[in-house]
Amino acid sequence: MIYDVVILGGGPAGLAAAVEAKNGGAENVLILERDRELGGILNQCIHNGFGLHTFNEELTGPEYAERYIQKVKDLNIPYMLDTMVLDMHDNGDLKSIHVINEENGYMIIEAKAVILTMGCRERTSGAIGIPGYRPSGVFTAGTAQRFINMEGFMPGKEVVILGSGDIGLIMARRMTLEGAHVQAVCELMPYSNGLVRNIVQCLDDYDIPLKLSHTITFIHGKDRLEGVTVAKVDEKLKVIPGTEEYIPCDTLLLSVGLIPENEITRNAGVVMDNRTNGAIVGELRQTSMPGVFACGNVVHVHDLVDFVSEEAVLAGKGAAKFIKGELDNEITFTTTNGDGIGYVVPQQVAMKNVEDKVTFYMRVRQVFKDKVVNAYIGDQLIATKKEKKLLPAEMVNFKIAKDVLAQYPAGEIRFVVEEAK
Amino acid sequence: MYDIAIIGAGIAGSYIARELTRYKLDIVLLDGENDVGNQITMANSAIVHAGFDAPASKLKGKFNAPGNIMYEKVCEDLDVPFKRCGSLVVAHNEYEMATIQELYQNGLKNGVPGLQILFKDEVHAMEPNLNEDICGALYAPTAGIVSPFELCIHAAENAVDNGVTLKMNHMVSDIKNHHGYFEIITNAGNVEAKYVINAAGLFADNIYAMVGEPYFKLLARKGHYFIFDKEAGSLVNSVIFPCPSKKGKGILVAPTVHGNLLIGPDAEPVSYKGDIATTGERLDYIKENALKNCPDLPFNKIIRSYAGLRNTPVRDTYTTTDGDFIIEESPVRGFINVAGYESPGLTSIPAVAHHVVENIVKPMIPHLEENPDYNPKVRKHLRFDEMTEDEKVEIIKEDPKYGKVICRCETITEGEIIDVIHRSAGARSVKAVKKRTRAGMGRCQGGFCSPRVVEILARELNVPLDDVMYDQQDSAYILSGHTKSVKEEA
Repeated sequence: MIYDVVILGGGPAGLAAAVEAKNGGAENVLILERDRELGGILNQCIHNGFGLHTFNEELTGPEYAERYIQKVKDLNIPYMLDTMVLDMHDNGDLKSIHVINEENGYMIIEAKAVILTMGCRERTSGAIGIPGYRPSGVFTAGTAQRFINMEGFMPGKEVVILGSGDIGLIMARRMTLEGAHVQAVCELMPYSNGLVRNIVQCLDDYDIPLKLSHTITFIHGKDRLEGVTVAKVDEKLKVIPGTEEYIPCDTLLLSVGLIPENEITRNAGVVMDNRTNGAIVGELRQTSMPGVFACGNVVHVHDLVDFVSEEAVLAGKGAAKFIKGELDNEITFTTTNGDGIGYVVPQQVAMKNVEDKVTFYMRVRQVFKDKVVNAYIGDQLIATKKEKKLLPAEMVNFKIAKDVLAQYPAGEIRFVVEEAK
Repeated sequence: MYDIAIIGAGIAGSYIARELTRYKLDIVLLDGENDVGNQITMANSAIVHAGFDAPASKLKGKFNAPGNIMYEKVCEDLDVPFKRCGSLVVAHNEYEMATIQELYQNGLKNGVPGLQILFKDEVHAMEPNLNEDICGALYAPTAGIVSPFELCIHAAENAVDNGVTLKMNHMVSDIKNHHGYFEIITNAGNVEAKYVINAAGLFADNIYAMVGEPYFKLLARKGHYFIFDKEAGSLVNSVIFPCPSKKGKGILVAPTVHGNLLIGPDAEPVSYKGDIATTGERLDYIKENALKNCPDLPFNKIIRSYAGLRNTPVRDTYTTTDGDFIIEESPVRGFINVAGYESPGLTSIPAVAHHVVENIVKPMIPHLEENPDYNPKVRKHLRFDEMTEDEKVEIIKEDPKYGKVICRCETITEGEIIDVIHRSAGARSVKAVKKRTRAGMGRCQGGFCSPRVVEILARELNVPLDDVMYDQQDSAYILSGHTKSVKEEA
């Protein structure tokens, strides 16, 4: 069977993209999910705080997912669970997706359009190479979250957390509520990588110390973790000798960053952006491969699921337009990150596809106070976004109206952090 | 009463056990660990050396090249990934070129086939990512790369399939010589055997000291390694050695047989034989030295760093290093030492095992009968990711569990994990599953698959989830018990 749109991943991005593609006129939509259920990582995020932007209420992760799963079911969008995509090939008009599962065996599914929504994975202890032993008891925060919230088992009792990413902060609270003792959260940078609200609600409320400019210099324990050596770092992130402190613990959780999961994307030959580790995308999240779209954490790591859903709507729209032959390919603008900005998504804009505005997502490289983000085309300042405080942990949403952009025939839109005037 | 007890189920003990099953013998293979091949065999350079460096006068020189040429057959019988990718010893100046000449001559003496000295252009044509100042190299086409722990695991499995009794978690604490037989005391019961083969790796000197006057000592030397993501796997095509110096073979850069890239090791003497802790200083040293030959190493693609130990033998006076393998019947009658078994031990093992069985064991035991049921082959180990599309279609039809991917990074299916749990010398821990299938060895390092692997182990071994260990029995637990809500429900 040939599908109009096949979606690789049934997490929040995939669900919202499927709904939008179907509503936009794609008849045969199929979701492929490698896990046992739809919802993706939201299933293990049983804390609340999801959906404030989308639904104006605080939902838990599973509740947020359920709203979209219900829409998928109402629209009779089929999905396959426990199904792994091995690879994807571009055959011109059709993409072929090689897929396996227990029930149907090896399948080759053909699609006019594909939306990549594989999400991201956690950076590991191996990637950051902490010196010391390699015992059990060292987990990424997300793996610990899965053990506790999905399997009902505790990974340990005395805990140190390295990295102040949101999952680490959430897990500090979760483990405390489950009776474990969280001794400290150590963060290499002089600022947290998590949302402010999570620092308040997950650390401050439970008297868990956040040790900024601290790292772990040694892992002790041959079989099971016995402790960690923690030390302070200087401005260059080098350990300051003499500041080492031994903390006995049986569990070390890592929350040291997320990496988009783009193996399928890369193998298929889609052009990547090494700033985001995701595909280069346009305003409707079209990639360099015609008919292939990408959205959510597989494009760039988001901090709120609401923005994932928002981005997925764009990709769903794009895919529906594509199969109807309504998607324009002519790139009007490219975007780039100037001083203070780490990356910008989308990297390209085709003005003919734009309805009323384009939302540019970006992250700043460091903490800025009382600065603005300015958008330039050439020397021309076209828009300004004011923020009291710009944090690397909080994605900047910079909306620019179509009318503003339409004044320029083409060019490069450059985003920079500057003094407020 | 067993005929032969082998102490240590690393590559030496496991392979010799297998080789002994060619004869009708009652054999027991003992190890204190929770899995075979869990110490030196687990963390080394994974290289099948051509055999040009060890002097011909030493056992290392004698067994290396003959061991090397046996690898195709061995790896076919034991279904182990092996690739004859060749090696280059690279030189940066004329002084080093002179050393390379010496290695070439020594290689000829050791019977290493196909050795060539390459000029600058030839080196860079073969390996475009090497440092431009490299002016020549010794090329050894017979060098290769292998999965050392899979070789050990399958040797142990084949030994068990051919009748060997494998006893894991048997830590030897003493040996009594009853002159006619030995009584081996372990934490899990005593074992009696007429003959003992001591293949206890780093601890072979301690084991020998239980029965005889020590005549050798083993020094632990630690080596650090980095493993890179498969994206960096094709940076080099062959094993790249620096020119050796008095300090040793130096930091090599090599592809792994599974498509990753490996750099290491240094050689740091350590006093504690369990010291496999990495240090930041040493890890930096590895990086700096690897860059000298391979300037484009992408350190942001590192997925794992670790350290392993080798056991360097020191004979007699404890001060002069002889540095050779100790492979002989010891002064204690009936007690054979296979000790000081460091590089090129992995490469030499097929030849060494043959030597131990034919030239040491056979003369000791009169009227040894051949085992008519000896089968050198293990049951095929199905690796889903390496199959053709048609094979994949077929295997899922036969066993749908092969249609369920557990490890996303390495595409390892549930069928493969169940298989390695139930094979002889099967997996009992998460690490044992990882060694056999690669589940957890990829870029996410088990983040996604470890909860699933724990679940499968618990189900297949019929134990509670929190009884599943990462590695060592009892001490390397993964889960500390139920959460509050689960406890309340119960």
